[in-house]
Amino acid sequence: MDAQETVRHHIHTLLTGQRLATLSTCSAEGHPYASLVAFDSDSDLSGMIFATSRATRKFANLSHQARAAMLVDNSGNVKSDIYAAMAVTALGVTTELTGAAEDAAVTRYILKHPHMAKFVQAPSTAVLRLAVDVYYLVNRFQKVMEYHVGR
Amino acid sequence: MSDDKLILPLAAIRPDDIALAGGKGCALSRLDRAGFQVPFTMVVTTVAYQHFVDANGLQEKILLELNRKPFAEMRWEEIWDAALRIRGMFMNHPLPTDLDQALQQTLSPPFVDRPAVIRSSAPQEDSAGASFAGIHESYVNVRGHAAVLDHIRRVWASLWSDGALLYRQELGLAPESSAMAVLVQALVVGDYSGVAFTVSPMHADQSVIEAVPGLNQGLVDGLVAPERWILDRNTHAIVSHTAADRSQSVVPADQGIRVAALPDDAPQGLSSSTIEAVAALARRIESLFGSPQDVEWTVVDADITVLQARPVTTTAASEDDKRGWYLSLRRSYENLQQLRVKIEDDLIPAMIREAEELAAIDFAPFSDIELAAEVRRRVDRNQHWSNVYWADFIPYAHGARLFGQIYNDTIKPENPYEFADLLTDTPMASLKRNRHLEALAAGVRDVPGAADDLRRGRMDNLPASLRSSLDTFVAQYGTLSSGITGDSEGALTESTLVRLILELAARPGQSPARQSVDHEALVRRFIDAFSPEERDWAQSLLDLARSSYRLRDDDNIHLGRIEAQAHRAVREAAARLANDPTTEDADALREALSLMPPAKPAPTETAEKTAHGSGLQARQLVGQPAGPGLARGRARVVTAPQDLKAFQSGEILICDAVDPNMTFVVPLAAAVVERRGGMLIHGAIIAREYGLPCVTGVPEALQFIRSGDHVTVDGYLGIVIISPAAT
Repeated sequence: MDAQETVRHHIHTLLTGQRLATLSTCSAEGHPYASLVAFDSDSDLSGMIFATSRATRKFANLSHQARAAMLVDNSGNVKSDIYAAMAVTALGVTTELTGAAEDAAVTRYILKHPHMAKFVQAPSTAVLRLAVDVYYLVNRFQKVMEYHVGR
Repeated sequence: MSDDKLILPLAAIRPDDIALAGGKGCALSRLDRAGFQVPFTMVVTTVAYQHFVDANGLQEKILLELNRKPFAEMRWEEIWDAALRIRGMFMNHPLPTDLDQALQQTLSPPFVDRPAVIRSSAPQEDSAGASFAGIHESYVNVRGHAAVLDHIRRVWASLWSDGALLYRQELGLAPESSAMAVLVQALVVGDYSGVAFTVSPMHADQSVIEAVPGLNQGLVDGLVAPERWILDRNTHAIVSHTAADRSQSVVPADQGIRVAALPDDAPQGLSSSTIEAVAALARRIESLFGSPQDVEWTVVDADITVLQARPVTTTAASEDDKRGWYLSLRRSYENLQQLRVKIEDDLIPAMIREAEELAAIDFAPFSDIELAAEVRRRVDRNQHWSNVYWADFIPYAHGARLFGQIYNDTIKPENPYEFADLLTDTPMASLKRNRHLEALAAGVRDVPGAADDLRRGRMDNLPASLRSSLDTFVAQYGTLSSGITGDSEGALTESTLVRLILELAARPGQSPARQSVDHEALVRRFIDAFSPEERDWAQSLLDLARSSYRLRDDDNIHLGRIEAQAHRAVREAAARLANDPTTEDADALREALSLMPPAKPAPTETAEKTAHGSGLQARQLVGQPAGPGLARGRARVVTAPQDLKAFQSGEILICDAVDPNMTFVVPLAAAVVERRGGMLIHGAIIAREYGLPCVTGVPEALQFIRSGDHVTVDGYLGIVIISPAAT
């Protein structure tokens, strides 16, 4: 496995193993905002799916500024996290899914989060996809690798 | 916190208290209960160790230190560096108040007027099924409560020494579950001391006793050659006796031990009755423990005291036992002094002499067959000196490390590498070459038109003094074009030397930018930290360290000169073959050429290869902090000598390792990043000499950094941040 495959493998393992991500958005006034979301990821690492009520602050922020970041990590709130935990930050642009794309995303989303079926299928819920430009993989406290999707 | 378990007398230790008192503590307790005479001993238990570690958050700090990168990717120099930082943690963090009070109450009264021996007693020593003898530290003749506390810390820290870390990894023992008990014993100064193996490693029907006059440390540390007796295991009859030169013994000094001449009225050897008594005692101990034992003992008059007993882990020499190698990582002051004499008085002069003799030989009169023989001879001599390099020069590097450890134990500096400031400003061959280069650059800078003359090859226009200085440089060091000292290729105008002089001359004049360090004050503080009687020894230790530090630079230069002479003959042979491939002795020439090892291969995966068509880039890479400071600049990746020619002032030098034969670009660099690791490797030494930020031990440096990338080097934290060049 070469270095790129190793990094892709780490990212994929982390994204499939974790349920929640921290979504970072920015308001029209420039105020940053972070929130937890349940997510699913594309197997080719090209995107991440999440859902939110249209009444939320994050949805409002994304309506103004589609660029966003998602942080996924496997820390366990123990001291060894500082060197043993791994984190991935994904940067990209969000879009709201509709039609067949939304249906497919919802089906996949429910497979990973069956208890969220009612939430994700509610008419007031928006299903969004972060099309990822770049991942930053951090491990061993300070080592940071950058993986550009599609290059 | 269970205060009643922090420090225990031997009588309170049960046979199964290994986790609490360690292997040695439990064994001594059993011996004591069985009526054997053992030294008065208090056990500072693993509970005390754990309390100290927990109160200061050391477990997390240690594991963070050891997990900066995969352990398997760390070279032993890096592991030594990590061990040094961990040792600093143990020496500098405070004892929790309750532990401090408990140690004061239990240890101060019995040892107020009594010298102590502080011994390691790690639980893993017996659970591992392998001997840890010598892996952890023990200290003999420690006087005063403060010194006792100080040496308890040192024994705790020895759990994390480079040798101990590597050895535990070898045995598959997890560092996070390690703990250490410490025995604080009354020192028994015997007339004779020794070890007894109840079963000889060579012969199962025999036992072995070794003895030295004075303290047993003389035998254990290999400072005094022991007498040896082979005995019949059952009858204790002496089968053979090997005498030794009885002129020296190890005796207590004011603090610690020293080797002293044996007085004329010293006891004349051990009587056969004492030998038989030791053998019988060892067999009774074997019966008590139910397995062959390795017993340390000392005798005063005819009174035998058992110092410690541990199982003999192997009854035959085992090829798998790597402990000897790990122990070789730690060399004594005496051993290093002997090595210094050999290197400075014998090896280095011989290398210089041989390089000069080889350089003086003109190949022109040689027939092809004679030249082939000369190539073979030079390849052979090059290999010989390469072997010497590994056998003697590399181990001698430990002189600087030994000094660092003693400096840190004595001064307890906040920066664990402060000791390196006492080692710099030593005359190193490559720095002498660099000073000559700086002088040439200053000459070019100061004379209008000189730079243009040099660039265009109008050497006759240069001032006579500058021309003469340039000629002297070329005669001594070559034109720096091939990366091998003393070698010169091609026209001077096109050479790396001229390119470098012009680059140095183009920037404002500056001397090596050493950060202002008051060396004299640091030296005074170090020497004054010792008692008046010990100061000569401390000064000798510093001299040894400076010699060791300097040699890490000079040995490569000298080896490079030998190698250059081998290459000179190889080039001549290759040229003759190219000129006339069908010459009568072509086969002999080809065969001789095939003996020369190929040049070091370039890294197989360079950034150019990795980055091409790849989505992967490194944003931040982790190494070891090896030179403090922060610098930003464009990367210049150097993987071959010809890369040096393009080096520009203010660039960040990225390389596998700063070869001593390429240090001439370091004055131009803003920072240094090396794939190889270690605080005391050559590149780190040179970077510090110039006050440059330096990060070493970055495994992917050559894989992910390209020339032209914008790089930030954080020499405080040991990280390198990369912003790719715009493409």
